[in-house]
Amino acid sequence: MFLDHLRSAVRSLQRSPVLTVLMVLALGLGIGACMTTLTVYRVLAADPIPGKSDVLFDVQLDAGDLAGYAPGQEPMYQLTRFDAEALLRDKRGLRQSLATGVDLPVQRAGSNERPSVEPSRQTTTDFFAMFNVPFAHGSGWSPQHDADQARVVVIGAQLNDRLFGKGHNSVGQELTLRGERFRIIGVLRPWQLAPYFIDLTMGPYGRNEQLFLPFSTAMGLKFGSSGNMNCWGDVGADGPGSLQAPCAWLQYWVELKSPAEAPAFKQYLERYSDAQRTNGRFERATNVRLRNARELLEFMQVLPPEVRLQTTLAFGFLLVCLVNMAGLQLAKTLRRSGEIGVRRALGASRGTVFTQFLVEAGLVGALGALLGLLLSQFGLWLVRQGPSEYAKLAQMDGGILLLTLGTGLLASLVAGLLPAWRAACVNPALQLKVQ
Amino acid sequence: MFNTPWMPILRSLLRHRALALLIVVEVALAFAIVANALHLIVRLADDLRIETGQAEAELLTVELRAMQRVEDAQPLSNEDLRRIRALPGVRAASITSQVIYGGSSNSSGVHIAPNGAGQRLMATTYRGDEHLLQTMGLKLIAGRGFKPEEVMMRGPDASMPSIIINRSMAEALFKGQSALGKPLYVYGDKPSTVVGVVEQLTRTSPKQRRDAHAMLLPAAESYRSGKYLLRVDPAQHAAVAKAVEALIPQVDNRRWVHQVRSVSDMRSDYYAKDRAMVGLLAGVCAALLLVTAFGIVGLASFWVEQRTRMIGIRRALGATQAQITRYFQAENALLTGLGVLIGMAAAIALSQWMRRDDLPMLPWPYLPIGAALLLLLGQLAVLAPARRAARVPPALAMRA
Repeated sequence: MFLDHLRSAVRSLQRSPVLTVLMVLALGLGIGACMTTLTVYRVLAADPIPGKSDVLFDVQLDAGDLAGYAPGQEPMYQLTRFDAEALLRDKRGLRQSLATGVDLPVQRAGSNERPSVEPSRQTTTDFFAMFNVPFAHGSGWSPQHDADQARVVVIGAQLNDRLFGKGHNSVGQELTLRGERFRIIGVLRPWQLAPYFIDLTMGPYGRNEQLFLPFSTAMGLKFGSSGNMNCWGDVGADGPGSLQAPCAWLQYWVELKSPAEAPAFKQYLERYSDAQRTNGRFERATNVRLRNARELLEFMQVLPPEVRLQTTLAFGFLLVCLVNMAGLQLAKTLRRSGEIGVRRALGASRGTVFTQFLVEAGLVGALGALLGLLLSQFGLWLVRQGPSEYAKLAQMDGGILLLTLGTGLLASLVAGLLPAWRAACVNPALQLKVQ
Repeated sequence: MFNTPWMPILRSLLRHRALALLIVVEVALAFAIVANALHLIVRLADDLRIETGQAEAELLTVELRAMQRVEDAQPLSNEDLRRIRALPGVRAASITSQVIYGGSSNSSGVHIAPNGAGQRLMATTYRGDEHLLQTMGLKLIAGRGFKPEEVMMRGPDASMPSIIINRSMAEALFKGQSALGKPLYVYGDKPSTVVGVVEQLTRTSPKQRRDAHAMLLPAAESYRSGKYLLRVDPAQHAAVAKAVEALIPQVDNRRWVHQVRSVSDMRSDYYAKDRAMVGLLAGVCAALLLVTAFGIVGLASFWVEQRTRMIGIRRALGATQAQITRYFQAENALLTGLGVLIGMAAAIALSQWMRRDDLPMLPWPYLPIGAALLLLLGQLAVLAPARRAARVPPALAMRA
């Protein structure tokens, strides 16, 4: 029965080829645009660290001065070195780490080649366990390494492949970072956080850090930092990186055993902030923030606004295509009223006529969905060639693929409902009389 | 207009309610999207034209890297600059703490009274020596540039005796009065006297706020703390870039040129996303209008076909070809017009919804512009079917 319907649908579509092509083309364009933008949206709005995004918390304290201060305003995104190190010493969470970016010239020890400059991260021992950083060889460093300002470094898979050859176990080898020798103690597997939620000061996408070294060591060697630094008051002779400098430039993350511990941890932060206010370091009223990874991304509006705009636009476009298709299908149905009248008079039931027109709409939808699939692959290719930082991430997965085909079919069936119903309502007697 | 048969048109449309409604809905949706998309395109295109007040076409930036931390960076940098300025094609050169479109954004609080008292505003800070003003190509509207003796070398107790501010800052701080000679306090309690006001100087990322405050501070930067900015005859960019790459290791071979970029290229990168967005929006608008036009053509053709006999009768009764054409044009104008009216409400609703992405409300002129666009589109789309209708021979009415 279905095959009969399908055959007559194909015949019907062939009878007005231009109209059919136009409908399929419009539907394909609409679906292609929707799926392209939806893929980008889904990739960018995904949970950056599944399973952990509700136990990893970003800490904010309000350490600024009173100039231009409005009570209750959002506290600074980063911590001062003094506060970050104080919280780290307290160890109130399951794990905790402070970190900041730095760009370091690196080469193999003893090499005469010009060093390459690598985006790097200076942090503390818990960092790797907190953010599920995967090791291929070796491991991260110990608390003792932090305390000793040890010259040890963990390198990323890309840098390892480039310096030592693909997959090589370079643990124990030495690197020169800005003229200082470091021993490799760990090599990572390919690892990417998208967005790079642990440090949003240098854009949420695109920073690909390949070197990780103890913060204490980097400070001792005056390696500096890169990213955002916000200073107020007198920086002092030792520069903005010194322990007492009134500068906020470190990200501080804490991992708690469960989300339920967050209120208690927040109280601890408030007590800390109160104490700093009492001893005169903080001038502003206590105002702390403790957001988990997901809340932070939402608050910082990491999802690029243009992505949402594009998605809205694409769905609007699809809607117009569907209305267009419904109109053209309806016109076609009415044009064939005579034929339908004859078929009804010859014994075809209303249901049969209805189903047949619905199958025809579904066929257009299926063709449109296939075209849309092709077009969305092209669209994603275009996105990947484009200038966005997240361009490389735009890949279609099985879910979106099914969604494309499903949307095409469903949408066209909805658009086909009205024409099919009108076809089923044709009064055979009236039509035969006109004939 | 007066002899257009509006009543028969309306009656015949009412007989095809569903079809007429679909056309109206399609036009309304297309209008809502196109009006908002046009608004976004105009806004983005406006951003793409922002002037920064700098001689962008001539500027090259040079970023150095060093194998290790070199303690005496200042004398090395001075020697670099001395040799760079001697190169053919170089009109001026300086080291600046930050470069426009450079990604970083550094600003400082400026007070009109010492020690953080009084009015404060935030201004983008460009630090550099007495050559910076001329290198950037900024236009002074009052006062002068820095003198060599005003430029601070790095040190714990240095002060900056002078400061150059942009017009928006001068207006914000000294409404109506001349800014020249007034003291400003940037760091602590030492005054910096305003010696110059420039017409235009933007933030490093100019599209975020155009009227932003910005200033030049007289402080010598080194290759470690800033980027070299070179004002070069555009024809000589490549030659100068090569010469600089050779010259830096000659001064001290622990350093090398990491990157030479023209500010024009940086501008192009900075706006790449916006250009892509303009292209995308324009593409969607075009596709949308095309689909809508096809829909109108398809439905109008159907109508013409349906009413062939009626047209024949009217022709036989004396209607001219022009009258038949006008009938279909009027019918289309009615449908499109209704669509546009509903579309206006939809456009405003859509614009309201997009405000959560910090987009401003749709300004009203886009409504008549969009309306004219869609009415014109409708008339163009209906033209071919209407002509076909007009050519229906009167004899057809007799044949049935």
